Amino acid sequence: MNDELIRCEHVYKRFPLPGGKGEFTALSDVSLSVRSGEVLALLGRSGSGKSTLLRIMAGLIPPSSGDVLSGGEPVTSANPDVAMVFQTFALLPWLTVLENVELGLEARGIRRTNRVRRALNAVDLVGLDGFEGAYPRELSGGMKQRVGCARAFAIEPKVLFMDEPFSALDVLTAENLRSEIDQLWNAGNFPSKSILLVTHNIEEAVFLADRVIIMGSNPGHLRGEVEVELSRPHNRLDARFAEIVDHLYTIMTNPDVTIAATGAMPAVLGAAPHASPFAQPLPHVRPGGISGMLQLLAEHGEQTEDVAHLSDRLSITADDLLALLEAAVSLKFAEITDGDVTLTTTGRAFAASSIQSGKEIFRKQLLECVRLFDSIVRTLEGKKDGTMGVDFFLDLWDEYFPAAEAQRQFETAVDWGRFAELFEYDSLEGVLRLHESATDETPRALDPASA
Amino acid sequence: MRRGGGGSLPFGLPDVAVTLGVLTLLAVIAKVGAGAFVPFTAKIVPHVDLDPRNLPYYAARSTLRMFVALVWSTLFTLVYGYFAARSKRAERVLIPLLDILQSVPVLGYLSVIITAFIALFRGSLLGLEFAAIFAIFTSQAWNMTFSFYQSLKSVPYELQEAATLYRLSGWQRFVALDVPFATIGLVWNAMISFGGGWFFLAASEAITVLNHNYTLPGVGSYVAAAVAAQDIRALGWAIVTIAVVIVLVDQFFWRPVVAWADRFRFEQNAAAEAPRSWVFDVIRAANIPVLVGRVWAPVAESIGRLLAAATEARFATRRQTAEGARGERLFNAAVIVVVIALSVVALRFILTTVGFEEIFKVFGLGLATMARVVVLVAFATIVWTPIGVAIGFNPRLASALQPVVQFLSSFPANFIFPFATLAFIRLGVPINLGAILLMALGAQWYILFNAIAGAQSIPTDLREMCDDCDLRGWRRWRRLIVPGIFASLVTGAITASGGAWNASIVSEVVSWGSTTLTATGLGTYITEATTGGDWPRIILGVSMMSVFVVAANRTIWRPLYGYAQKRFTQ
Repeated sequence: MNDELIRCEHVYKRFPLPGGKGEFTALSDVSLSVRSGEVLALLGRSGSGKSTLLRIMAGLIPPSSGDVLSGGEPVTSANPDVAMVFQTFALLPWLTVLENVELGLEARGIRRTNRVRRALNAVDLVGLDGFEGAYPRELSGGMKQRVGCARAFAIEPKVLFMDEPFSALDVLTAENLRSEIDQLWNAGNFPSKSILLVTHNIEEAVFLADRVIIMGSNPGHLRGEVEVELSRPHNRLDARFAEIVDHLYTIMTNPDVTIAATGAMPAVLGAAPHASPFAQPLPHVRPGGISGMLQLLAEHGEQTEDVAHLSDRLSITADDLLALLEAAVSLKFAEITDGDVTLTTTGRAFAASSIQSGKEIFRKQLLECVRLFDSIVRTLEGKKDGTMGVDFFLDLWDEYFPAAEAQRQFETAVDWGRFAELFEYDSLEGVLRLHESATDETPRALDPASA
Repeated sequence: MRRGGGGSLPFGLPDVAVTLGVLTLLAVIAKVGAGAFVPFTAKIVPHVDLDPRNLPYYAARSTLRMFVALVWSTLFTLVYGYFAARSKRAERVLIPLLDILQSVPVLGYLSVIITAFIALFRGSLLGLEFAAIFAIFTSQAWNMTFSFYQSLKSVPYELQEAATLYRLSGWQRFVALDVPFATIGLVWNAMISFGGGWFFLAASEAITVLNHNYTLPGVGSYVAAAVAAQDIRALGWAIVTIAVVIVLVDQFFWRPVVAWADRFRFEQNAAAEAPRSWVFDVIRAANIPVLVGRVWAPVAESIGRLLAAATEARFATRRQTAEGARGERLFNAAVIVVVIALSVVALRFILTTVGFEEIFKVFGLGLATMARVVVLVAFATIVWTPIGVAIGFNPRLASALQPVVQFLSSFPANFIFPFATLAFIRLGVPINLGAILLMALGAQWYILFNAIAGAQSIPTDLREMCDDCDLRGWRRWRRLIVPGIFASLVTGAITASGGAWNASIVSEVVSWGSTTLTATGLGTYITEATTGGDWPRIILGVSMMSVFVVAANRTIWRPLYGYAQKRFTQ
């Protein structure tokens, strides 16, 4: 029962940075195994390399170093033991449902009659009988993902890979499909021996998985794992279920804690400051979003609120919420302890502020708490005309992030800086320009020597 | 669900229509195609009879040439585009090569092609036939290949991953993913290139190369014969014929193909408006195609299995090695050496035969033709943009006029040339100016076309906002319309100037009967060099024109297009 189907040993993945400026490490020293008969979830924020890891295990991209073994054999090409369900379904719109499901069987050279029989069985299994001749564009999102599942089921893989399979669906559809997959698995005649699920949704991971592996960012690495030692199906009303979810939320909102056993609350380690202010990633949220969340929290009245319930109440996805919370915490607008969020005095002031005073508070917090903005403003101040080419800053980010992420970091920084009226971005000339009165009225709280 | 043709009958009226249509088509092709194998010697040129009753036959010959060229263009596109998109090494050679080929004026090297093909098919009209087909091919293939290549490059990443993970063989991937994904773009591009092809067809059917008059039976040579005989009635019949042919080909070929291609739309949601075609509806209503499909299916399955087995999936998840990197460097070096060697050979040939002064002279002629192109594009933009915007802002007018503009842009302008020439002679218009008008006859429609498309892309709420703010006249143009259509205008100007350069070769020298008007310009230079069979001057003229086109693309159009993308897109 406990035999390993797929196993990663010290897997690293590095991507060359553009212009030969060294490498970006996406995955660092990852070792894990997928056992027969288990549902394993890879839980992580965007940028933790969980999708990259999945693709390495599927044989779609090679690791830079380390080994992947599938059924004891090294994986050097598309892994034949694996079928994948994709986030955006990856259906061919010009083929019917049945033809889409047949595709993988056809590629394996299975004869027509046999192929159609197996495809029809898979279509039946996901509850799409009657839709065999329909084209994907005639189906709803949930039904499209059922076709994606049927296509994977049809080839009866050893391990079913699911890459954020429900995140492109609306909440109700996602829930419906999730519990049907769970029922199929619990019924014991599931077409694969194991499931490997990639998700950023904590509740989803706890509901479906027997074991949750948590991944951290920068570079992507394994932070640890949590066993979900509940009887199947996992009951959301069970107190233990809520406890595990809370525990995971605490871990996810504190990127620097080490993971202890469930129950024992993790201790926050002193976060080691990175060498460069450009190495610390900004969460990709808008200042308006932070402000909106703080206002909703302030209206709530109570001092603290359970993070797990917040996602439901604000009706935003868990990933967005985590990014917002991370921004709020890093700007000292809020604190998170034991899965509960509390507004700070500054946070309350920001939530209650007018547009102008809000900008002032935001500016002050940016300069005080995020070293990046202090660094940018100092650079601009050092120039006579207060402008600096964007490429200068992009180069600094490029040293710590892949090109696309460096660009996003830049865009988020510009967004925050513009809101705070610290600097302006001239997209035509490609320069950052100091806002005329950016720093005159703001007391410089941060002494560079103390940083 | 397929609609049954005639109730309980296995075959209905649609089946009769489809059967008759297919049989007629086969008969026409057999009859018309036989003419291509007639033996000829360079001295006995096929005779073109100006009796209008011969026009259907000539039109059929010309149309057959167009379709043969289309088949070749499509095959070329699939092979060339596939390798350019799927092999990194091939890409680095094939794409710049395509870029250059696209800028070389087709009519400039027509003479080269004709001589080569006549040598190849000694004693048969097939040589000329192939030369004409090749000319049309070169006017279609580059565009289509670029479209296909770009589609292949933009196949969504997850679909590629799915294809890899589900172990599709090379062949399965090509027919199930690559080609369907590229089909719509390819069909539209082929349709537009096909429209442009009539121009080159007309120019290539009757041509003087190396002091020989070469004539192929067709509408193009019919026009040339009518011009020589100063027969206005015959010219009128030719214009009616080509108009009818263009409409028929559109209704019976392109509309059905576009309607069929709609199934390859990539958006996963149902579209608001699917393209319609009554011919396609008839074919779909018929039962015969279904039966044929049923018989064909097992055959197709076996062929597919064979091809799939032959192209067993190769998985390229190798780790990059130092060896691979060295191979890359060697390959790059080899490419550079070949390019330098070729340029040196070409330069030496020109320098030893015609000398430096000739190069300067030809450069000056190039400037003269460029001046014409610039005036044409500027003037056409000023005239057609307001009209195009007015049409584009009026949805009913736009949908009514769209087919008309499409028709005008595919109508071969060289059919009108004789009338214009006659007018120039009667009114005493100097050909140095008149050539601009001739070049504009074909090129201007691209500007109108794109102005309409650009205006249609401006959101209605922005126009309502302008009404609301009372933003009118010049201010409205400056703030809303020009930024809104800028990218489209640039696209239109690029296409128009490309067309104008090509047209200069047939526009700068025109004749009516025995009167010939000759303008000063690079087009004239190339035409005269071609007629006289002066190889160094042909090469020099064509290269100079390519250099002008490439230089204009690199220094003006691409930066302008980049600016439009950056500044004026949302």
